[in-house]
Amino acid sequence: MSSWVERSSLAQLTKVRFLEFLREPEAIFWSFIFPVLLAAGLGIAFRNQPAQVVKIGATDARLAAALRYEKGLEVRQMDRAAGDAALRTGRILLLAIADAGAVVYRYDDTNPESRNARLLADRALQMASGQPGAVKVSEDLVREPGSRYIDFLVPGLLGMNLMGGGIWGLGFTIVDARRKKLLKRLVASPMSRWEYLLSFLLSRLVMLCLEVLTFVGFAVLVFGVPLRGSVMQLGILCLLASLSFSALGLLIACRVRTIEAVSGLMNFVMLPMWVLSGIFFSAERFPDAVQPFIRILPLTAVIDALRGNMIQGLALAELGWQVAVMMCWLLSAFLTALWLFRWR
Amino acid sequence: MSVPGEAALVLQGLRKAYADVVAVDGIDLEAARGECLGLLGPNGAGKTTTIEICEGLTAPDSGTVEVLGMTWRRDAAALRQRIGIQLQETQLAEKLTVAETVTLFRSFYHRGPDIADVIALVQLDEKKGSRVGALSGGQKQRLALACALVGDPDLLFLDEPTTGLDPQARRQVWDLVERLKSSGRTIILTTHYMEEAERLCCRVAIMDHGKIIALGTPRELIASLGADHVVEFALAGGDGAVTVEELRSLEGVLGVRREAGRCLLSVSELHKSVPALLDLVARSGAGLLDLRTHSATLEDVFVSMTGRRLRDE
Repeated sequence: MSSWVERSSLAQLTKVRFLEFLREPEAIFWSFIFPVLLAAGLGIAFRNQPAQVVKIGATDARLAAALRYEKGLEVRQMDRAAGDAALRTGRILLLAIADAGAVVYRYDDTNPESRNARLLADRALQMASGQPGAVKVSEDLVREPGSRYIDFLVPGLLGMNLMGGGIWGLGFTIVDARRKKLLKRLVASPMSRWEYLLSFLLSRLVMLCLEVLTFVGFAVLVFGVPLRGSVMQLGILCLLASLSFSALGLLIACRVRTIEAVSGLMNFVMLPMWVLSGIFFSAERFPDAVQPFIRILPLTAVIDALRGNMIQGLALAELGWQVAVMMCWLLSAFLTALWLFRWR
Repeated sequence: MSVPGEAALVLQGLRKAYADVVAVDGIDLEAARGECLGLLGPNGAGKTTTIEICEGLTAPDSGTVEVLGMTWRRDAAALRQRIGIQLQETQLAEKLTVAETVTLFRSFYHRGPDIADVIALVQLDEKKGSRVGALSGGQKQRLALACALVGDPDLLFLDEPTTGLDPQARRQVWDLVERLKSSGRTIILTTHYMEEAERLCCRVAIMDHGKIIALGTPRELIASLGADHVVEFALAGGDGAVTVEELRSLEGVLGVRREAGRCLLSVSELHKSVPALLDLVARSGAGLLDLRTHSATLEDVFVSMTGRRLRDE
């Protein structure tokens, strides 16, 4: 049998394809491990039990108690301002407002999940009243800029961009220079090493201005995404985010010698953040047990800070936790990278 | 600035071991100012490790290095300004042009020639706007030399400057190195081409297994063989037809070596040894497949000392 396989050119060609594939660790990661990790991550976010619990808010205690009859709802009592803020940041899908005996549902009807929340909430209220149709309800559809899904999405995508630019931009360039022995050639000249590393950060900053201006400009002009916070502070946040991710890119690249290895390492670092940090949906969907871990990820801090600034109009001082997380990553990654950096 | 007669490079008791191999095993070496000193040896002889220790890129396990009267530990920054380095197999950034690459390297040095002059010196004027990725192997190597020259170095380290180049490109690099020599710079170069060492180097240190096994001018080293010529032949009947003793007794033959079905004789007088050899072969009845002679080279010096060739064919 083996002789047939050895003699058949088609069998040999197929076998060679297969061997080449198996001997490429990257390929194995993307074909087998990546889909499983992605499915696992998203599966946890959108898990069935007790996943269909929909988070909503209610403005008074009686209303909240009535809504809790529906097991599919997780009801938090909050005042109107907190409710609006929670609605904007995707922490709740619907806000039930008590209004002189009647109830107003405030939600975004372009989001299917919010429509589902409205149906559940209404069923709960009518059941609690003992008589369908007894409770007068009205709708307050969230349509204004700042509360739509696109408004939620833009800061997430901006954060993702900053991460990609910082990590890819530095990681690949440095490892490529090391692989080609260009790094060794440079340190054989009188070039100053810190100037070399600083040149990466400086060129990143120029790129950053272009990237952020294009992307945010597009979102504002085309989708009418609001900039509620100080634009200056948004710039500072982007700068800090970009520096943190560049430091992380430097750390990832500080010893690796091959492009394959650095790609794998970058994916390993970025994948959890793509899934967990709330780019496309709120990170609060993940179980409470993993929330502390999610909160210290740099991308979570960046996206939360960007959403805070752009959607909620929070000042830098109110984003202390996020800024602290970014600073910690920036300093620890940069110093570790300098310490471990392999120049040849 | 430079004290006449002061050595450009002094190595003493240099030793460097890696996990599985002793790369440099006790080297003492001195290069005078203005001299071109070659390290000749096969791959893995320890040439690159030695030159990289001199360049301050690798730290020796023991021993001392003095370059231009300075040491790497105390004067690294000053030393970097005064030496020029061309490393083995550096790939410069492919998307930069020749002029951009030279300008980048020039910016690292306090003093040095104009960028246009350096580019002209390595004969890349016509290519100065071309991307590095579009250059031929020889042009890339001359660009690497330009990057080594932008600081107007007193001492130039060239690690296998012509490895992998075609003969014409190699000759161009040789011409360039000869021009650099005549401008009074000290040059330390490694090579495994004996022609290169013979043509460019004032003195040659032959290296094998991390040690210097011979040191002298190419002429002295070849003279140490005691034979000016090498006769190489192969017999149809194989080695058995004539014995080593018979060969050794031929007139003018100083040494006999056999390798892979061929015989090599070191001879002092070609006109006496060759007829005697032909005579011997005719008497033995074996057919002569091949016969050549050449003047003794550094390769023959290496072969006579180690029993191996410089390059594994």
